[in-house]
Amino acid sequence: MKFTAFHLMSYPNLPSDFTERYRSVWVDIPRALYDPQLGHRIYNEYLDQLELADRLGFDGIGVNEHHQNAYGLMPSPNIMAAALARRTRHASLVVLGNSIALYNPPIRVAEEFAMLDVISGGRLVAGFPVGTAMDTNYCYGEIPATLREKYREAHDLIIRAWTENDIFSFNGKYNKLRYVNLWPKPLQRPHPPVWIPGGGSIETWDFCAEHDYQYSFLSFFGYVAAKKVADGYWETMARKGKPLNPYSMAFAQGVVVAPTDQEAERDFAPHADYFYNRCLHIHPNFADAPGYRTLNSIRAALQSGLPVKLKQHYSWKDLVDDGIIIAGSPRTVRERLREAMKSLNCGHLITGIHMGSMPPELVRQNAELFAREVMPYLRDMWSEWEDKWSPHPLPESERAEPAPVDFRRPGLEHNRIISATPWRPAK
Amino acid sequence: MRAQHQIGGGRWQVELELCGSGDPLLYLHGAGGLLGVDPFLAELSKDFKVIAPHLPGYGESTGGELVEDVVDACLFYHQLLDDLGIASTNVIGHSMGGMLAAELAALDVHRVKKLVLVSPAGFWLEQHPIPDPFAMDLPELAAHLFHDPKSPLAQMFTTIPSDPQQLADMYVERTKRLTQASRFLWPIPDRGLKKRAWRIAAPTLLVWGESDRLIPPVYAGEFASRIRNCRSVTIKHAGHMVMYEQPEEFVRIVRDFLKG
Repeated sequence: MKFTAFHLMSYPNLPSDFTERYRSVWVDIPRALYDPQLGHRIYNEYLDQLELADRLGFDGIGVNEHHQNAYGLMPSPNIMAAALARRTRHASLVVLGNSIALYNPPIRVAEEFAMLDVISGGRLVAGFPVGTAMDTNYCYGEIPATLREKYREAHDLIIRAWTENDIFSFNGKYNKLRYVNLWPKPLQRPHPPVWIPGGGSIETWDFCAEHDYQYSFLSFFGYVAAKKVADGYWETMARKGKPLNPYSMAFAQGVVVAPTDQEAERDFAPHADYFYNRCLHIHPNFADAPGYRTLNSIRAALQSGLPVKLKQHYSWKDLVDDGIIIAGSPRTVRERLREAMKSLNCGHLITGIHMGSMPPELVRQNAELFAREVMPYLRDMWSEWEDKWSPHPLPESERAEPAPVDFRRPGLEHNRIISATPWRPAK
Repeated sequence: MRAQHQIGGGRWQVELELCGSGDPLLYLHGAGGLLGVDPFLAELSKDFKVIAPHLPGYGESTGGELVEDVVDACLFYHQLLDDLGIASTNVIGHSMGGMLAAELAALDVHRVKKLVLVSPAGFWLEQHPIPDPFAMDLPELAAHLFHDPKSPLAQMFTTIPSDPQQLADMYVERTKRLTQASRFLWPIPDRGLKKRAWRIAAPTLLVWGESDRLIPPVYAGEFASRIRNCRSVTIKHAGHMVMYEQPEEFVRIVRDFLKG
């Protein structure tokens, strides 16, 4: 098993009456709710937390792209990955990813990913999501009818830019480039491993199978509900004659660990409540756009019964009983997580070390307990399979080391104000 | 009468409503498409040969992927008229269809005899942004489309079938239609008509429902100022779906204009 510590970088201070006062956490959330001074502090805290995960032995640290929302504050995950590249040493930089249909030309993504791969000594995982309807269609104005075609073209262009040895011309429908000549090129050859984050559309499975990409199922609704999608993915792989290698799939599962089950509920319930009931308060009409899903995917979804209606409100009991989050003592979490990953046949766990409004000290405790008391006990899973979807960095001895930093300036008193006075979450 | 036509050497299989005889009258539907019960068309067919095609991607009309932008759409309508042997015709366009009708009239001034634009899309006024119909559920949409959202007509529009198969079919068809409409309307329903509208030579009638809450009547002024030979009529007790809400008055006004 491999473990990626993921961060959504949620805004932690939405008011308690947010869901009554506003229709959506995404797209048209009022800007007045964002406080940049708090933003400054949490960006730095969140980066500290991912850096901690690197030292604790997680295989990967993960960031992703979302726009105009309080659920995930990374319009540009590449900026975060760049900051992390310099302050981490071992973990893969799992950028999950760049919504490649949004960039004109998408060469920009090929370049930035190549830069990240070179700076980090070959630690990049390149994620290519289509992006949510909120992000792509509503926030970035992409026409739903052509989004997927544009995505495919951007993908083809990026892979060619990474792999072709000579300058080439690209006459696409959406991109016309006379000279494609990538400087820098990525360090990993032929290119960094590609993970395709998806929600469960049929076409994504075919796409992964055809290109030998890893499929990252980014559900936030737990392994029980994910079973159907995972089965669909593995059926596709079997039909295409691909090995059912667990490492060809990643799954995002909420996991929180405390010394005991009781403490897990006491410490994490308010933050899970914040995340599931405020951060996921998405206006349903923004969650889909006509043409965002293909007719095949819509028909398949309709045939398998109407989608499970998302609950209006999730209690701690709902979240734990339905496996939406796995929470409890190390022992409880180990057992449940093993069962979860086994039922999905999944080799890459992506788990948020931070959820919603968790204060830094709780994130640290959660990450440390997970790394020391859970991870080692699940390492043996899938050891008979080869993981072909993790990066191949330079050997340690050949990697550049950033110079040590001393922030003090002569004559100025240096106080670590940020860590001395933790912010208070909104009630 | 519903008919299927091969258009453009089989590029499109087009579902057409064809009725009446006389002077040809091409009707271009809005983003929602023809409703299946469109009484004003039958009424107009007493005086005209009414041709109401389903835009490719709508209903049984195929080849939606060949109609990706305004130029494609205009070429499609030209091909349709060529294949039906119609050299020139009156045109009515509603909403998205109004935008396409105006484009058709601007691109080839000889093809369109008289032009009726009913609550047309195509312009964007900074001071009067058009609400986003794609982000609306049915009741919200009805409130923007109909003068009286509680009327039986609006109620019929928002009723969803209880039979799961019918519901699924309806959902798929609605998605198909709006996907195609997104090519012309997403995210802002402006594809450059303001650059071309000056070319429209056909005598033009603008028809607006007084309480249109989707494309507000203030847009009539914008069209009137950009089209040379143009006059404007507002119909009371009607919204964006004016020809469904006030069919008698609508048909009378349109007939008088086209016959006059």
